[in-house]
Parts: sequence; C-alpha cells; structure tokens
Amino acid sequence: MVVRLNNKYLKIAGKKLKSRLIVGTGKYKNFLETAKAVKASAADMVTVAVRRINITDKKKPILTDYLNPKKIIYLPNTAGCFSSEEALRTLRLAREMGGWKLVKLEVLGDKKNLYPNMIETIKSTKTLVKEGFKVMVYCTDDPLLARQLEDLGASAIMPLASPIGSGLGLQNKINLSMIIKQSKVPVIVDAGIGTASDATIAMEMGCDGVLINSAIANAKRPVLMAKAFKDAVISGRNAYLAERMRKKYSASASSPLKGMI
Amino acid sequence: MAKIQLNGKKISIKSNSSILDLLKKYKLNNKKIAIEHNGTIIQKINYNKKILKNDDKLEVVHFIGGG
Repeated sequence: MVVRLNNKYLKIAGKKLKSRLIVGTGKYKNFLETAKAVKASAADMVTVAVRRINITDKKKPILTDYLNPKKIIYLPNTAGCFSSEEALRTLRLAREMGGWKLVKLEVLGDKKNLYPNMIETIKSTKTLVKEGFKVMVYCTDDPLLARQLEDLGASAIMPLASPIGSGLGLQNKINLSMIIKQSKVPVIVDAGIGTASDATIAMEMGCDGVLINSAIANAKRPVLMAKAFKDAVISGRNAYLAERMRKKYSASASSPLKGMI
Repeated sequence: MAKIQLNGKKISIKSNSSILDLLKKYKLNNKKIAIEHNGTIIQKINYNKKILKNDDKLEVVHFIGGG
C-alpha cells in the first residue's frame, strides 16, 4: 500500500485545502442553515450551481450574502446538465462570473439514477482542459475510465459511492480502491455517502477527500451532522495514515499471560 | 422600444439600451453575475458597449446552492 503521507493539505490543482471534506450547498431549508452547516463542517470548498437570476424578486436573499466567495472556495458544478454542450456552457458562464478556473464537471446520463454519462464526460473534460479549466470530474467507478480522465488532464477524480442523494454509502469498495491505488491526482468520493461512518471508511481506504451534500442537508439536524462529517473525515484520514493492524482469523489476547495469579 | 427575451421572459426596453442599462434598470450587481447574449458570453467590460436589439435573447445567471 502506498500511503500518501502528505497529510497537511488536500492539494487540488495547486489549491491547498486544510479540510478534506468538501460540502454541497443544495437542499438546505434556507441560506442561514446552509451557512451554519458549512461553518460546522469546517470545509474550505463548497460546490455551487449556476442558474438564472430571479429578475422579478430581487429582495430574495442570495447565496453570496451568506457564504463569502472570498473566504470560502466556490466550486462551480454542472449538476443538472445532461450533455457536454450544457455542461460547457455552464462552466464558461461560471468562469466569466468570477474568474473561476477550478470547476466540477458532472454530466448526467439518466434522470432516474443520475448516473454520469461517461462518453459526454470524457468529451467535456477534453474541451475544458484545452480551454485552461482545472476540472474535477464526477465519474463512474470504472478504473479504466478514471485513468482515462487522469490522462486527459483531470485535476481530481470523483467517483460515486452509490447514486447521488441515495445515502446508500460505499457500494463499490473494490473499484474505489483500484482507482485510489492507480491515481496520481486526488480521488474524492462524490455522491451516495449516507452518514459519517461512510466517510470514515472512504478515508480509511485512502481517498484524498469526500464530497457531501444530501447526507448533511437531509439529516434531521444538519449542523450537527456537518460536525460529525468533519470529525469522521479527520478520523478516517488519521486511521489511514496510522496503517491499521492486519486482520487475523484467530484471537490474540491483549493482556500478557505472565504474572497471572 | 425593443422587445427582448430576458431569462426566458419577454420584456420591453428602451431603444438603444445597452446590457449595462438593463442591469441598472433591474438593479443587478454585475460583479455577481454572468451574461449570455444570443448564446455568446459577454465579458463584463463590454456590458456598456453591447446594444440590445429586437428578439435578442439574454441569459443572466448567478451562483445558487447546489451539490
């Protein structure tokens, strides 16, 4: 096992993140809850979506009122895009908005399972890299496709653990560990994580980070769950670095037998 | 008058209005948005140069919460 000993930061495309937890900002009750949960998670990076502005009701609060893009890294995402054209259009607009080059690409293929369309994803990655974007790519857990994305210049590989928003946890540990072993860019498990222990396991396996949205936002107490994820990711990372004991099929007493009365 | 489509809605604006005029009319902070004019992204520095014409399609977007 190759232990990635650089524990201090999660480095993505030259950006140093103190936290290995990235959080989404969707599905919250309101912006105040979003802001509180993000704070409790201690994440340095949040994903955001690009949508039409509400022209008629400008008094409605907006995300930037609650999460200052100068203090936290906004990672524009193409969630909801089902073709390369839509995804490229979205990210080009995101770049124009604030000069963001680091983006998350997500091209979906099926409305029901929200599985990534890897043909469109690969096509988009090629174009975005050519245009100077630093692309973190949401992808399936196929090690061959993950390698292809890395070869094309992806800044991070983001395989799903199970379908987006399902909370089913890590359903593909073998594939994920193959991707972790082969990748030279950060591997961030994205989608499907249901609770804090799932994140710990992902980190223990050697993932460089996890991206969580629904598991925090859909918890009964999102702010507390955000803190749980913060701790879970730190614990998992430490356990990975500590290198766990070997599993044995026989018992081994913890107390010495010498001196027994 | 010119009739344009703004975020999918038909609106009327004064003739010879620029994108910047439109943003002022709707009190939109141009630092927090991006604009597409008939499918082409317009750089912020050109907002005052781009004059809107009949049937133009304008998309004004910003960041919202997302996963």
